[in-house]
Amino acid sequence: MLEIILVSTLNGVLYGMLLFLMASGLTVIFSMMGVLNLAHASFYMLGAFFGFEISRRLGFWPALIIAPVLVGLIGMAVERYGLRRVHKHGHVAELLFTFGLTFVITEMVEMFWGKLPVDYRVPPSLDFAAFTVFSVNYPAFRLFVLLISVAIFIALLLTIKRTRIGLIVQAALTHPGMVGMLGHNVDRIFMLVFGVGVGLAAIAGVIAGPILITQSNMAALLGPILFVVVVVGGLGSLGGALVASLLIGLVQTFAVAFNVSLADLFGTSQLSAVLEVWLADIWRVTIAQIAPIMPYILLVLVLIFRPRGLMGTRDT
Amino acid sequence: MLQVSDLHAYYGKSHILQGVSLEVGDNEIVSILGRNGVGRSTTLKAIMGDPAPQGRITFRGKPVAGRSPHEIAHLGIGFVPEERAIFPSLTVEQNLLLGIKRGVENPRWSLEETWKLFPQLKDRANAPGGALSGGEQQMLTICRTLMGNPDLIMIDEPTEGLAPQMVERIGELLQEIAQRGISILLVEQRLVIAMRISHRVYVMGHGQIVFEGTPAELLANEAIRREWLEV
Repeated sequence: MLEIILVSTLNGVLYGMLLFLMASGLTVIFSMMGVLNLAHASFYMLGAFFGFEISRRLGFWPALIIAPVLVGLIGMAVERYGLRRVHKHGHVAELLFTFGLTFVITEMVEMFWGKLPVDYRVPPSLDFAAFTVFSVNYPAFRLFVLLISVAIFIALLLTIKRTRIGLIVQAALTHPGMVGMLGHNVDRIFMLVFGVGVGLAAIAGVIAGPILITQSNMAALLGPILFVVVVVGGLGSLGGALVASLLIGLVQTFAVAFNVSLADLFGTSQLSAVLEVWLADIWRVTIAQIAPIMPYILLVLVLIFRPRGLMGTRDT
Repeated sequence: MLQVSDLHAYYGKSHILQGVSLEVGDNEIVSILGRNGVGRSTTLKAIMGDPAPQGRITFRGKPVAGRSPHEIAHLGIGFVPEERAIFPSLTVEQNLLLGIKRGVENPRWSLEETWKLFPQLKDRANAPGGALSGGEQQMLTICRTLMGNPDLIMIDEPTEGLAPQMVERIGELLQEIAQRGISILLVEQRLVIAMRISHRVYVMGHGQIVFEGTPAELLANEAIRREWLEV
């Protein structure tokens, strides 16, 4: 039992931090520019495939740097020559633009790498067991992913809290128009934030690729969860995004680990015989089976009871 | 200094400004008076580039219309919006620092001077901007724009919702600004302050200028006051 809790906690925090790498960019882009970037998870997928391709040729460490930079540059170009022009026509046009972009990126990925999973492996230098708890070997690469995510989180926090550009970004979260009227080039800051935002998603892709499956459907699998994180955490709140990411990471990993159903909980009492008839449809459904929908249940609850999100500054 | 002629602006399909012409000279305090909804705020916003202005706007001979807000700010026009737009999560000091524009040398207004003029802002330098009272926020937002060293500052309804004592302080601040050679284009609903400090006043009605003159001339013109100002 203790080992399940320990390993699930580690995995949950790990998954949560990966979610945060992506959600942080998404929430900042959304609050600053009012653009719900539906293609955000696609940039994560691009990161994974670029990571795979560069790892194969130059090794994992160069890939960890080059892939996110490339994706960030692509993101900046998309903002500068795509989104900024579409912006004039309103939010629906922007939404459709990013929606279309998801298909373009998916098709491109399938054109180059096909539909089957690619063989993106843990780099040999990190392919060993970091420690053994009870009888479980915990892989070093997972620990490395955790460390990278935490390091990036700290770097992001310092940049936002301590640097001038960070202050401008914070200010633009609430009053982008005023920031421009004070003489700051908001367009350039938008481009930069978009680039850095999708670059962070790409880092998540490079380091998650070897653990999860690097395949052309990985963006579609992850995208919806990202929006849950942003809404649950609260728009415009990085702190909220962190809490929501960890919450969803932990909820999902713990749910998968527990194979408990209502039938198990109530045992074989007289009450349970009655309940079994009433709740026949879900009586033998285990928590592990409903794990995938738990984030969405959370989303619905938050929207009903706290539309601002956990730490949001304005209504969704 | 600032010349606006035949300015039109739209919000969606509504034609808000219908040919506004006005000017502000060096070291001048000019007020735009009028009832709510006649386009006074929109005039200031259109000069700042949002909503997009149609017509001729020049500042020191340079064209303004068609530029983006940050370029207009760099020309030397500062804007203090009615809603104040304090960055709520940033501290008072950070709010002020964000007013500083890149490449501005020897500003007329420094952080030190803001502290000297408003000791109560200095006391709350590390408090979040969102925690200030209405009057303090108004001072903060004016000082923030002054940090960018504008030659002309446009201020929208600075005394709205403030206690009489605060209104007096804002009036003093405006005169202090003018003494440093910064021109002021003021939108006000309280006639008292505007009439006392302005060199010239415009009265707006239905998206156009309906009167232009000195405060004394406006006082003498009862017909204009009754039709366009008194409630």
